[in-house]
Amino acid sequence: MTKLFKSSAIALCAAAAIGASAPATAQYSGDVIRVGFLTDISGVYSDNDGQGGVEAIKMAVQDFGNINGKKVEFLYADHLNKVDVASAKAREWFDQQGLDMLVIGANSGAALALAKIAQEKKKPMFAVTAATARLTNEECTPYNVHYAYDTVAVARGTGGAIVDAGGKDWFFLTADYAFGSSLEKDTSDIVKAKGGRVIGSVKHPVGTAVNFSSLLQQAQSSKAKILGLATSGDDLINAIKTANEFGINKSMNLAAILIHITEIHALGLNLTQGMYLTDGWYWDQNAESRAWSKRYFEVMKKMPTAMQAADYSAVTTYLKAVKAAGTDDGDKVMATLKSTKISDMFTKNGAVRGDGRMVYDMYLRQVKAPADSKYPWDYYKTVKTIPGDQAYTTKAETKCAFWK
Amino acid sequence: MEIFGVPLQSLAAQVFLGLVNGCFYALLSLGLAIIFGLLNVINLSHGALYMLGAFATWAGLNYFGLSYWWMLFLAPFIVGCFGVLIERMMLRRLYKLDHLYGMLLMIGLSHFLEGLFRLFYGVSGKSYSAPIELTGATDIGFMMLPNYRAWVVAVSIVVCFATWFAIEKTRLGATLRASTENPELVDAFGVNVPMLVTLTYGFGAALAAFAGVLAAPMVQVSPLMGANLIVAVFAVVVIGGLSSILGAIITGLALGVLEGLVSAFYPQVSATIVFIVMAIILLMRPSGLFGKESA
Repeated sequence: MTKLFKSSAIALCAAAAIGASAPATAQYSGDVIRVGFLTDISGVYSDNDGQGGVEAIKMAVQDFGNINGKKVEFLYADHLNKVDVASAKAREWFDQQGLDMLVIGANSGAALALAKIAQEKKKPMFAVTAATARLTNEECTPYNVHYAYDTVAVARGTGGAIVDAGGKDWFFLTADYAFGSSLEKDTSDIVKAKGGRVIGSVKHPVGTAVNFSSLLQQAQSSKAKILGLATSGDDLINAIKTANEFGINKSMNLAAILIHITEIHALGLNLTQGMYLTDGWYWDQNAESRAWSKRYFEVMKKMPTAMQAADYSAVTTYLKAVKAAGTDDGDKVMATLKSTKISDMFTKNGAVRGDGRMVYDMYLRQVKAPADSKYPWDYYKTVKTIPGDQAYTTKAETKCAFWK
Repeated sequence: MEIFGVPLQSLAAQVFLGLVNGCFYALLSLGLAIIFGLLNVINLSHGALYMLGAFATWAGLNYFGLSYWWMLFLAPFIVGCFGVLIERMMLRRLYKLDHLYGMLLMIGLSHFLEGLFRLFYGVSGKSYSAPIELTGATDIGFMMLPNYRAWVVAVSIVVCFATWFAIEKTRLGATLRASTENPELVDAFGVNVPMLVTLTYGFGAALAAFAGVLAAPMVQVSPLMGANLIVAVFAVVVIGGLSSILGAIITGLALGVLEGLVSAFYPQVSATIVFIVMAIILLMRPSGLFGKESA
């Protein structure tokens, strides 16, 4: 009885501290809070998220400790970029293991499918590396939080900056699945809105490697000035490499709309210098991010991507909400999440909107020239801050049925 | 002039670029066909050996300062020796069992090798530049052709046909082929058949590594580079006829060109066309285009 009283008291104090209301007695299903993480751990996106994301979430769980005396458990699995594998694993975790919250790392196709499952189970889902903006637009659900970025934000940030700098005629090389189509569409929208033209696009099957030459040839014969690379991971790396080999980067400017620091690292600054990119976090942005990255580096021996930092922040944010709500009940936690400000090493002004979009300031960055890079992983200079309310889909534009 | 809305000039460029891809198909499927022909092993670790060749090239430059030209010979030699070890220490023990066991061993080995490299280098891999002598591009009328790709086409075709010649037209090749047909009889003539088998596997592995060296400056040197390619290469071998050397070479080149053409008209299918052709060939000529009908 004393124990129950104590834990309720702690819950109440925690709730009072952040200004949320919590029930008098804390309730946790199965007496444990289970967080699950599905991502690509072995395939093309595994450097952006993968094992690094797993380690980041382990750090989050460890740093947070127990919630009102209840343990936090962490499960993770490789979804192999297969939607059916991801769906089956999520159902198994929800139905048999009593999972309370699911984080989906990479792969937009998987994220769209999992959002439906989380909604059916009435449990929160955080999408991190999966970029498609459909998650909080046409296919929004009340249980989904889209955390780090989305195709709209990177399209507006990077695409907008390039059109503003005079790059008006675009041709797209697009990954042939949910993510690529979203990225191409969202970038095309901003290009057209700013008075630019989209001359054409070509879709590539994922994992084509040596075949990019054929596709890039078509891009070059389009006479467009900007080659929009609506693809990511390994494919993006090989597309940039092939474009350099064929001298396409001399007649066209390459725009990697969504590129992670691991990809810059793999290609080297010679091939990537001057490229614009949009992200919400960079390991070297302030003292707090550097301190966290140092801890991460000790485990992974490389610097974290914004996605891996977002994995850490997403899980921490969820655990804070569980603590504040005094329960792991999906509806109550979502209500708490949507009424609490987020302030940690990832962002200082984050907030989860009604449609599930975590809105915070984004940054337009440019890749440094080799001569300007002073120490290992010193890759970006920040060009400007894009305020959160300008970066993402607005209430006037949304197609999310319950947030109009 | 246009064909179905695609200018002839860009069509010619696609055919040529397809030929470059075809060279990789040819080199890799040739190694597979040789290994299958003599050892009856479906070498599913071929993609991993190709990856090893590319990584050896990168490592040669970055750890030992050895240029591309050195590694063009050294990488196939090193990986060939590794192949000899695989045959001696692992494959040899499985010859008495069903073929499936050999295949499973090779799948396991390739996962192991790819996992090992992923652990050390990450999936984004390493960047390798073409040698200075082969950088730049030449205007060949309908396109700017990077000199490196021209080199890849030339050297692959020479290596492919030299291999075909060695196996089909020389005394050593005749002994090899005889060992496939009737190992006991050839053994009775005093030929060391087990040694021949070991060297053949080593040679197949070296061919895969050679393709890896050629690929290193063109694509990112990454642990999964072989896994992405090898499935298509298997389809090429099936289309060409399982153990046919000439079939592997010609089908490899032809399918590369076909892929290039398809990506001019409908790029989404470019990765699938190989399998569509495979399905059609299997229905119409189950032993492949150049394969012998087995009794």
